[in-house]
Amino acid sequence: MLNAKIPTGPLENKWAEYKGHCKLVNPANKRKLEVIVVGTGLAGASAAASLGELGYKVKAFCFQDSPRRAHSIAAQGGINAAKNYQNDGDSVFRLFYDTIKGGDYRAREANVHRLAEVSANIIDQCVAQGVPFAREYGGLLSNRSFGGTQVQRTFYAAGQTGQQLLIGAYQALERQVALGNVTMYSRHEMLEVVTIDGKARGIIARDLVSGKLERHFGHAVLLCSGGYGNVFYLSTNAMGSNVTAAWKAHKKGAAFANPCFTQIHPTCIPVSGDHQSKLTLMSESLRNDGRIWVPKKQNDTRKATDIPEEERDYYLERRYPAFGNLVPRDVASRAAKERCDAGYGVGSSKQAVYLDYADAILRYGKIEAGKQGKVNASQEEIIALGKEVVKAKYGNLFDMYEKITGENPYEVPMRIYPAVHYTMGGLWVDYELQTTVPGLYALGEANFSDHGANRLGASALMQGLADGYFVIPYTLGNYLADEIYNKSIETSHPAFEEAEKAVSDRIHQLMSIKGKQSVESFHKRLGKIMWDKCGMARNKEGLEQAIKEIQALKKEFWSDVRIPGEINEMNTELDKANRVADFIELGELMCIDALNRNESCGGHFREEFQTPDGEALRDDAGYMYVAAWEFKGEHQWDLLKETLNYDVIKPTQRNYK
Amino acid sequence: MEHYHMNLNLKVWRQKNSNTKGDFKTYQVKNISSEMSFLEMFDVLNEQLISEGEEPVAFDHDCREGICGMCSMYINGKPHGPWQANTTCQLHMRAFKDGDTIVVEPWRANAFPVIKDLTVDRTSFDRIIQAGGYISVNTGNAVDGNALPINKDNADNSFAAAMCIGCGACVAACKNSSAMLFLSAKVSHLALLPQGEPERKTRVLNMVAQMDKEGFGACTNTGACEATCPKEISLTNIARLNAEYLSASLSAEK
Repeated sequence: MLNAKIPTGPLENKWAEYKGHCKLVNPANKRKLEVIVVGTGLAGASAAASLGELGYKVKAFCFQDSPRRAHSIAAQGGINAAKNYQNDGDSVFRLFYDTIKGGDYRAREANVHRLAEVSANIIDQCVAQGVPFAREYGGLLSNRSFGGTQVQRTFYAAGQTGQQLLIGAYQALERQVALGNVTMYSRHEMLEVVTIDGKARGIIARDLVSGKLERHFGHAVLLCSGGYGNVFYLSTNAMGSNVTAAWKAHKKGAAFANPCFTQIHPTCIPVSGDHQSKLTLMSESLRNDGRIWVPKKQNDTRKATDIPEEERDYYLERRYPAFGNLVPRDVASRAAKERCDAGYGVGSSKQAVYLDYADAILRYGKIEAGKQGKVNASQEEIIALGKEVVKAKYGNLFDMYEKITGENPYEVPMRIYPAVHYTMGGLWVDYELQTTVPGLYALGEANFSDHGANRLGASALMQGLADGYFVIPYTLGNYLADEIYNKSIETSHPAFEEAEKAVSDRIHQLMSIKGKQSVESFHKRLGKIMWDKCGMARNKEGLEQAIKEIQALKKEFWSDVRIPGEINEMNTELDKANRVADFIELGELMCIDALNRNESCGGHFREEFQTPDGEALRDDAGYMYVAAWEFKGEHQWDLLKETLNYDVIKPTQRNYK
Repeated sequence: MEHYHMNLNLKVWRQKNSNTKGDFKTYQVKNISSEMSFLEMFDVLNEQLISEGEEPVAFDHDCREGICGMCSMYINGKPHGPWQANTTCQLHMRAFKDGDTIVVEPWRANAFPVIKDLTVDRTSFDRIIQAGGYISVNTGNAVDGNALPINKDNADNSFAAAMCIGCGACVAACKNSSAMLFLSAKVSHLALLPQGEPERKTRVLNMVAQMDKEGFGACTNTGACEATCPKEISLTNIARLNAEYLSASLSAEK
């Protein structure tokens, strides 16, 4: 049984209590304590900057050429915060409640409440850094709606919210680099955690330019390395996003929690062919104004614009009148899959539904015509005015769609289909964000803690920054306060030597296979197994097959992969091989976890467990726990459970009707 | 949209590392779909090279949705290729036709040394930011976000400048390899906001000094940077930078 170390007392006082009593480190001692931060997305950059400001000696690592490239940058829609600036009934409790419910009652109450509490501070912090959020004419901050909520609490910067927040955190980080508090290692990849006497004491990193291995000591190691959606090969993640740092930690003893909880985002541009290397998201904010539909007739081959209104099925509005097009992501994705599987899909692949802006353009056009006093505006004028409004709100997204598909979404509805987007699972952490290895922490998407079985839109940015700016500066101090007696350990220590040797051996082994098949081809095959059998819908038989197939794929990979080039130089194929080898092992664990969880909840949909009208059917008596897996050797894991106690919220079947 | 397939000749810059001389190598790729992105076409080329036992072409890329700023190819004489307001990763093969020859080079600038093939070192941009491209506020000191109303025009213009993705296409396009558009975007982003006011003068002076130190060239207002910028960062920002720099230089108090 895992102990999450949740502070006692009423839910709303836990974080204040914790902060009031956690141990502190005095400034003189902070200077002597070294902290390693792996990954420089929202969680990593905010943590590295904040810890640098506090006076710790920080080393930050990223595999990209600059910390500003981390994939947080691609988040489009926005960031939630319980500010209630709109006076529409929002509060810390509402944000907490929506997040727990959205996560289908599989998240930890105490963590989520803390997240809701600090959400407002994040907006203030970002504004102070100069993040140019969207504003109203009066100069105040603007909000919009997102899925799974009935209030407007999402702050945004056009369709580039992630970019603006990351640039804010990046600039704070570069300021600490300039002040000498943070040392930045870009084009570096962490390949091992070093543990001494059971505590994390450093990492082995590979310089991706020279290919050399490096040893780095830290009194604590923070993994802020993002999610593992690329296990599916095709996802909205960046090409380099990988599980390697988290997986190395897992194999060194850190439990991996709920790996099967994957978010399939409903609005992505559909696959166009076998050449596809990644999928592109169309922000959830588009569901604010766009309407989703398919033809009422199966295999309808007419053009969208030729299908009259009465022959369209706005299936989300039909099935979920209360939330309509703004149901949570898992619900919207499954509904799209259901329609396509039943033969109502559109486009050449029939694996797509329409996201239509015609109504929104008319509606905005009429409002605009009214504002401008154009009483007798013609239909064309109204449409032209409406297009201007839509362009101002979503222009960059519409442009992106046109570049990729060659179709103009102002004239024809967009075609969309669900795609892998985010992983709710991750390294198990306690209330302090510490993994089961002392001194090893996981922040942001790399941990599992806040989103349960399904994440609500605009909550990933919130969590990444909450962990980095406002949680870890307190909880890390509570650990490091006892470390002030421990001097920095020389990296000539046998533990470092051993860890480096293990990494070096593995690299040599990979390079010596000299097989016939490329890394990419293995990754594609893994992705296909995962998508077909552990994707939007899973069943026992498929998962059991998948496990066998993945085990066979692993054998084949280690006997037939071809990696050209040398070890001690820039070698992008070797980088990829290291990552894909870890994805293969993770894929097996995801299937094991999905097989273990005999219920449907959030993004985890087991076909055997559904209500008569096709909704997810939870089993709270059997599975209201976090499944944390402990690595025991090749193909072997032990299941550790953390029971979830709902003291404040009463779990019910999620209802968005 | 009509889809079609094409065969192409590629002339690609190959360079083993920063210490060796590079040259162009010619490759043929066949049956490329017009629906592919330019980098997916490079994926095809690389798979082909690997199967032939050759080393694949090293190139920078990550998000493949036009926002991370990592991709950086100089295609047929233009950074990011023929489309306006576009990154290499968002360039799609329908921009080309069967039988085309496409020349692909790395960014060319002294301040961006080649690491390998099409990969260059852009850490000089990070050092320019380190010189002052931030607002000095520690975590936890902020007032309420709405305590500081900001005129919508200024907020919008600040955002337009902050959209810069730091890809370096402006430098690659400039005959002088000047980084003025990049620098001016950051100076404008922060100078247009009240939060940026306290450090307004030192910021511009320090950032310009760092830019010069990195070996970027001077600006001669040709405008090639603006024309090539994937995020359409305006030349107006350079005018604002010059005004900011002049007034900071003349001011007694820094």
